[in-house]
Amino acid sequence: MTTPPTGAHARSAARSVPRLPGVGRLALARTAFEVRVFFRERDAVVFVFAYPILMLAIFATVFGSDEELIPGSGVYFPQYFLPGMVATGVMLSSFQNLAISIAAERDDGTLKRLRSTPLPPTAYFLGKTGQVLVTAGVQTALLLGVAALAFDVPLPTEAGRWWTFAWVFVLGTAAGSVCGVAYSSVPRTGRSASPVVIPVVLVLQFVSGVFFQFNELPTWMQQVASVFPLKWMAQGMRSVFLPDEAAVLEPSGSWQHGPTAAVLVAWLVVGLVVGVRTFRWRRRDDG
Amino acid sequence: MTTTKAPAVLVEGLHKRYGEKRAVDGLDLRVEHGEIVAVLGPNGAGKTTTVETLEGFRRADAGHVRVLGEDPATAGRAWRSRLGVVLQDNQDLAEVTVREIVHHVAGFYPAPRDPERVIDAVGLREKAAVRTRALSGGQRRRLDVALGVVGDPELLFLDEPTTGFDPQARHDFWDLVESLRDEGTTILLTTHYLEEAERLADRVVVVAHGRVVAEGAPDDLGGRRARRARVRWTVDGTTHEEATDTPTALVARLAADLRRPDGEVPGLQVLRPTLEDVYLGLIGDDASRTADEEAAR
Repeated sequence: MTTPPTGAHARSAARSVPRLPGVGRLALARTAFEVRVFFRERDAVVFVFAYPILMLAIFATVFGSDEELIPGSGVYFPQYFLPGMVATGVMLSSFQNLAISIAAERDDGTLKRLRSTPLPPTAYFLGKTGQVLVTAGVQTALLLGVAALAFDVPLPTEAGRWWTFAWVFVLGTAAGSVCGVAYSSVPRTGRSASPVVIPVVLVLQFVSGVFFQFNELPTWMQQVASVFPLKWMAQGMRSVFLPDEAAVLEPSGSWQHGPTAAVLVAWLVVGLVVGVRTFRWRRRDDG
Repeated sequence: MTTTKAPAVLVEGLHKRYGEKRAVDGLDLRVEHGEIVAVLGPNGAGKTTTVETLEGFRRADAGHVRVLGEDPATAGRAWRSRLGVVLQDNQDLAEVTVREIVHHVAGFYPAPRDPERVIDAVGLREKAAVRTRALSGGQRRRLDVALGVVGDPELLFLDEPTTGFDPQARHDFWDLVESLRDEGTTILLTTHYLEEAERLADRVVVVAHGRVVAEGAPDDLGGRRARRARVRWTVDGTTHEEATDTPTALVARLAADLRRPDGEVPGLQVLRPTLEDVYLGLIGDDASRTADEEAAR
């Protein structure tokens, strides 16, 4: 090489004139793209987005407002059921959505294609995060709207309750998302993703008391559910949407905000560590 | 275009094994700027492993690899923005339209081509608003190429781009690749179709069992010996054959020796090996040698 160092320097400077697009801009572009693709996938729209809203409509209609859960409290079944469905929606939009969609993207070559472009991995994951937040946000808003307008569920007015709502929503979404990314490596193919993910989610819904009153479940089932985040998200959401006297319906007799935050943060950390260590851009059989 | 003397791709002594199988076994490769090089070989010869190492997807077990002056195993975004990659068999992006995905991917690059002109260039104008799930195999591959070139790469990798095409689609695709060459894009192509290598490549590298077994312009491949003419003739029901560099002289000598009244050499044939004969000879030699090695174990 006879090129003087200054020449090489000048050339590399010239090459860097068209700057690489920033991560923030790419994250927004990815979010818009991911949201658009999500709402075109019929399976995802039905089983992730619409499912809790449909369940709320069915259960609230069937069990209706015949009997107060606690005599004199004015709390009827739809009001007890709403927080469970909000928590379910958060888990579907984060965990189930990402576990299935990323497994499919790994299998069909989307991830490998993205890896071959200058798109930074951070922008990919921020795009997924953005899509989860948009989906879960719209879903929750619709749930609250349906509950309030169709089933006369009173929505809280105190700021403190909405603060609780915000941190449970954000922590639950974050924990569900990182666990979904980690779990996406479990299905061997894109086709097996739904059968490998959905049963886990369904069992969690049953044991975590989103369909029944949690305190009426067998004790061992309550204990199993206490290991997983859905039970804590549902309990946290009940503390938002039910009056304080309904805390007697909790097995512990209180809302347990401290343990709720601790369990969600623990799953967030575990999911993050496992997800970072196991994430693959290629299929397992691809070398 | 860059004016450096360093080649676009430089590979020396590349080794990669999967368990017991040596997928790539001491492969050397050099691609100059502005060149189209075809890596030709049968399935399982190590073509895709080699190309995916160059693209940064796999780490070499041993050997020296430089792509656009950098080691693909550690190169970053700026390096990736100078490459175009068309992978084998993509089934992704089913629910987005051609226009959406080409515009979206263009946004990843610092100085992309105009996405609409890229859609025109690959011949998907009429399909621009169609979701990719509705494209034919050939159209899908054209979309893959559109996504590979929309970042205006200096170097384009095409991994078995026309596998499964019908002849018309293959010819259309070749025209597309030639138009990219005319714009100065350096292209490294893998294929197991001889015709494709012959039509597109400035230089063909034949790979078998993870090694380069021959290299050269399509017309010179295999060297002079592999391209000798064979002269065949029949005397008293016995067919004779002789390989020669001077078939005309041989035929003249035969005609003189046989001294037939009509001056004819009975059953005369002068055979020139096609590129296919040369290629099959090259990979056949290697395949039979390996079979012998395995039998000897």
